[in-house]
Amino acid sequence: MKKIYSVLVENRSGVLCKVSGLFSRRCFNIDSLAVGETDDPAVSCMTIVSSGNQRTIEQIEKQLNKKIDVIKVKTFDEKDSISRELMLIKVKYNRGTRRDIMEICEIMKADIVDMSNNNMIIQICDMPERIKVMLDMLKSISIVEVARTGTLALPKCIDN
Amino acid sequence: MIGADAIVKCLENEGVTTVYGYPGVAICPFYNSILDSTIRTILVRTEQNAAHAASGEARVTGKVGVCAVTSGPGATNLITGIATAFADSIPIVCISGQVKSEQIGSDVFQEADITGAVESFVKYSYLIKNVEDIPRVFKEAFHIANSGRKGPVLIDVPIDIQNAAIKNFKYPEAVNIRAYKPTVKGNPVQIKKVIKELEKAKRPIICAGGGVHLSEAVSKLRTFADNYRIPVVSTMMGIGVMRTEDPMYFGMVGNNGKAYANRAMNESDLLIMVGARVADRAISQPDLIMTNKILIHIDVDPAEIGKNVGPSIPLVGDAGHIFEDIMKEEFTCEHEEWIRTLEEYRETMVQKRDPNPDYVDPAAFITMLSNEMKNDAVYVADVGQNQIWSCNYHIVKDGRFLTSGGMGTMGYSIPAAMGAKRGAMDRQVIAVCGDGSFQMSMMELATIMQHHIPVKIIVIKNNYLGMVREFQHYTYKDNYSVVDIKDGTPDLEKLAAAYDIPFIRVENMSHAQEKIRELLAEDNTMLMECLVDPMDLVK
Repeated sequence: MKKIYSVLVENRSGVLCKVSGLFSRRCFNIDSLAVGETDDPAVSCMTIVSSGNQRTIEQIEKQLNKKIDVIKVKTFDEKDSISRELMLIKVKYNRGTRRDIMEICEIMKADIVDMSNNNMIIQICDMPERIKVMLDMLKSISIVEVARTGTLALPKCIDN
Repeated sequence: MIGADAIVKCLENEGVTTVYGYPGVAICPFYNSILDSTIRTILVRTEQNAAHAASGEARVTGKVGVCAVTSGPGATNLITGIATAFADSIPIVCISGQVKSEQIGSDVFQEADITGAVESFVKYSYLIKNVEDIPRVFKEAFHIANSGRKGPVLIDVPIDIQNAAIKNFKYPEAVNIRAYKPTVKGNPVQIKKVIKELEKAKRPIICAGGGVHLSEAVSKLRTFADNYRIPVVSTMMGIGVMRTEDPMYFGMVGNNGKAYANRAMNESDLLIMVGARVADRAISQPDLIMTNKILIHIDVDPAEIGKNVGPSIPLVGDAGHIFEDIMKEEFTCEHEEWIRTLEEYRETMVQKRDPNPDYVDPAAFITMLSNEMKNDAVYVADVGQNQIWSCNYHIVKDGRFLTSGGMGTMGYSIPAAMGAKRGAMDRQVIAVCGDGSFQMSMMELATIMQHHIPVKIIVIKNNYLGMVREFQHYTYKDNYSVVDIKDGTPDLEKLAAAYDIPFIRVENMSHAQEKIRELLAEDNTMLMECLVDPMDLVK
């Protein structure tokens, strides 16, 4: 079962290490982890995607809550959230593949953000499963390197 | 005033009376400042034992134990002691010196990333980067160590911070950590559910763990058990929650516990686990205790509830508060037949031993020793066969039974006994260890003599690492590997003489009582050697 944990932590040195150390020490999986400051510079938000059975999911939340630097933990499913991932992907192209790549970008709503005679960098910001599709599509062409943010997510807006 | 003076002031404000430790350059400013204080310093002979001693003191006083060591190897030597305290949730604060702030990360002499190294064994850790943070950090550290689920906190202080001038020293009156507010009061709805189950139950039982000691809920639990006639079993860490001879006490559970205690727990229809982790040695098959009974799990740490078993009624809070709240409600429960059944189990399911008369029988010896000890004595058991014999045959009256239960750290008993004695100088403190565990901390005989700490040390000697030998006996059909310590073990009589410690040897049971009386006659340090059959087993 996949779960997303949105973890507000004190923005101090060593906190990322304490949180990721907790996952490794207790053999919890981390599928992805993204960290950034929130509107309050003293607080960071970690978005962690993890999977496991019911007991593991519950333990992850409880163990996170035990950490003194963890201010708040929200756990939710993918379907109850808006999730996005940003990927930068450098591909090698030639006359024969350039049009294909541009078409893929158009279909996938991705942007070409940098270019040289042989390489280009494509930027895509989308739902995690569409990022995967994009990656699969470009695999057959020629990927040079890839950088991804990991999933960022917030629970959907529900009034009351 | 410099940082080091500020640290000493913080300790004074916390009411610390003793610091156990070992100096080195990186902690020298602190050890210089402490000379101006009335706080006693105890120089241990290896850092690990400073943490154990702090742990022993914390366990008898209920206050935070403190140790202070230098950077690098001083700090890394402390790790086993910290992990031992963490496993048993013992509140200690460990101060480690660190190299100069500007040198951190450059692998200079005696530099170790100690906050990184202890991360999974501490409740929290600090690396102080600004001298003005000292008062707040110490206030927080003592609060964190001794509240909620207790545990060790490490404070790493670079030497330049210890030497830096501090402008305004003001010890904070309160702590404010926004993400740390442990729940101590039990949820009233859950408490109502517990009472409802108690009224329905035909075969209720309480399994008490070390958390009952830590929350200082011993007398409340005893009152609760007595008033409602609810039988109690305990884990190893819960030994002493009930007096051993209390009619409502039915022994220690687990694979090394009493058969009747396990049977009682298995046959119960309502099990109240309190301050116990449901760890493998106590509950080898967690699934079993969920099948035929209602399980109520009381713990101050929400993460312990549901970790190993899914309880029917989870109840987060401090055991003391919860028993108080339960007893405020009016209810009755009736299960005299169940008690009679358990009494019968307790009488009939007694382990038969066939002791070799040429040696001391550890079981009979430990019971005899218990009977001769003072009512409020502190008994510190080490790890190994001696620990299991101690658990099963020591009779706790109003004293304490201390041991390293979670981590099972050999060598714990002597330093922990030192700390316990320092914490309660008026009480009798006895360390009981094996010849293996004795040799893991026998360097502390020097500390005991130097600082005049009158603890009694009993070595149950069988010339083997007995617990492992016993395992190899059963599992590897007597193919013994690396467990024979006969040849290297020093003559303990000569060793005692070298430290100027009076020595007693007990060779068999015929003169055991007289020797025990001799051991306990005065409040002085003594070393006793008991020769037990090398082939003796705990089961």
